[in-house]
Amino acid sequence: MSSSDLSVLIIDENRLRASIIEEGLREAGHGRVAVIHDVNEVARTIQATMPDVIVIDLENPKRDTLEHFFSLSRAVQRPIAMFVDRSDGSMIEQAVEAGVSAYVVDGLKKERVKPILDMAISRFNAFSRLRRELDEARTQLEDRKLIDQAKGILMKTRGMSESEAYGLLRSTAMNQNRKIVEIAQSLVTAANLLG
Amino acid sequence: MHTTHLTAGFLPLLDSVLLVLAHEKGFAAEEGIELHLTRETSWANIRDRAALGHFDIAQMLAPMPIAASLGLTPLATPMVAPVVLGLGNNGITVSAELWLAMEAEGAPADLSAGPTGAALAKVVVTSSRKLRFGVVHQTSSHNYELRYWLAASGVRPDHDVEIVVLPPPLLPEALGSGGIDGYCVGEPWNSVGVATQGARIATVKAAIWQASPDKVIGMRSDWALAHPELVSAVVRAIYRAGLWCDDPANRHETAEIMARPAYLDQPAAIVSRALTGRLDQGGGNIAEIENFFLPHQSAANFPWKSHALWYYSQMVRWGEACESAENATAAAATFRPDLYRAALAPLGANVPAADSKTDGERHTAGDIAGHPGPLTLHSDRFFDGGVFDSNDLSAYIARQRLPPS
Repeated sequence: MSSSDLSVLIIDENRLRASIIEEGLREAGHGRVAVIHDVNEVARTIQATMPDVIVIDLENPKRDTLEHFFSLSRAVQRPIAMFVDRSDGSMIEQAVEAGVSAYVVDGLKKERVKPILDMAISRFNAFSRLRRELDEARTQLEDRKLIDQAKGILMKTRGMSESEAYGLLRSTAMNQNRKIVEIAQSLVTAANLLG
Repeated sequence: MHTTHLTAGFLPLLDSVLLVLAHEKGFAAEEGIELHLTRETSWANIRDRAALGHFDIAQMLAPMPIAASLGLTPLATPMVAPVVLGLGNNGITVSAELWLAMEAEGAPADLSAGPTGAALAKVVVTSSRKLRFGVVHQTSSHNYELRYWLAASGVRPDHDVEIVVLPPPLLPEALGSGGIDGYCVGEPWNSVGVATQGARIATVKAAIWQASPDKVIGMRSDWALAHPELVSAVVRAIYRAGLWCDDPANRHETAEIMARPAYLDQPAAIVSRALTGRLDQGGGNIAEIENFFLPHQSAANFPWKSHALWYYSQMVRWGEACESAENATAAAATFRPDLYRAALAPLGANVPAADSKTDGERHTAGDIAGHPGPLTLHSDRFFDGGVFDSNDLSAYIARQRLPPS
């Protein structure tokens, strides 16, 4: 039996991330992957898919619910949290850093589950990187809009050129040891208040 | 003074208040600790991150470090609890519909645990479906408290009703949507259920077992062993936060702090209910509950070994732990009155002389022996008249094995 025969259940409220992991697993040759977005669906899904490993994100507030379900379920006898194997210290660290946790349903297949966890960890990290880059790009765009607005106010009220307006924002920021965008924000807020 | 940075995990619950005040009011800083508070989404994360060392210390359900020391939970790492975060502070809340049924069976509006439990037992028998109750974690004070109340009222928790686990902030909504019929949780989530879902507080921990422990500061045993000075500093900071929190003059400020988005993110008016013991039960009933939450009085911060053993007795009762001398020793070793005493010695604060006490026999407030002077303890009655003497552990466990008559 190859690792591709293992059945994987992914629980993630974040649909995009869930699909990124699912895709990764399918690319690696795992055909039996099920995805649910709510822990409450787990009872039904577990009967249907009989997973060997369950992957869940650490942000999920219902991890306690899932673990309690295991303790009651007949379908899932004694799932072992990924964390239980102390020899896997570095993998546990990597997983928690990445924000993912996993439960190995059948302890006998534990070794074969490792590549799946590695895959989940790397995809979680890739997703976080993606989200961070997206957030940064969004922030940069919003910052630029604010600075443009502030420049516009200075140009209109003080008759400055665009470069003079930017220079004033920059020197004020430097004198006050603040970011240009913070000065721009204050100026825009003040201008709104003053009408 | 040298400052040490400590990371502390907590869940959005009012009984994280001493940890929060230790940070916000500078008690930790005065002890040379810079507390970095991290709000978590689940008890499982608290457990795992504490075990991995991401958290140096954490707010924990009192039974959590015991379960970890007994190896009942994943990544079982021996834990210790040198200080308790308070007594009481939770309740059992039911849906408006279930309350109506209980009321019809004679449930009174005074929160008394016996009559409300008896009414629930009648509803359970006549109900066309199994009632479902939520608790916050399997090895939680809430799970054992709810089960104790049900069992003593003649309801078998694993047969007659269903018990599910949900994190505290999700319980009120689950009740409102009909997913559960009732829940046992710490404040403010009972009051939030009343305010947002028309729920009804049926009874409270203070009525089930007066002056019972709920949350502790937990930490890895090896970390505590390696950092005795830091453990002492943490205990003192929590103790002094408790002293400050206990002063009625500071209640308003405490509620304002806890209401903030970083902590409970709930209206201060709701947060303050548990602090004053003036709870809106629902249906326009305001209850004045004596000693609803004791963050300091009644030796509230002292980790009694007998309390660790009471939780162990319940783990055995519900089939989670095996009864053995080794397990009893490991459970008792989790609570560390010795560390508490060592920490408070420089303050000259009164601490209990004994490591254990009998619970259930004290019906009025009274003094116990302490160093350097005596302390006053409030009533510690169980609502069913039960008595827990940890010297008599096996007999207590055996008595609870008997089906309710």
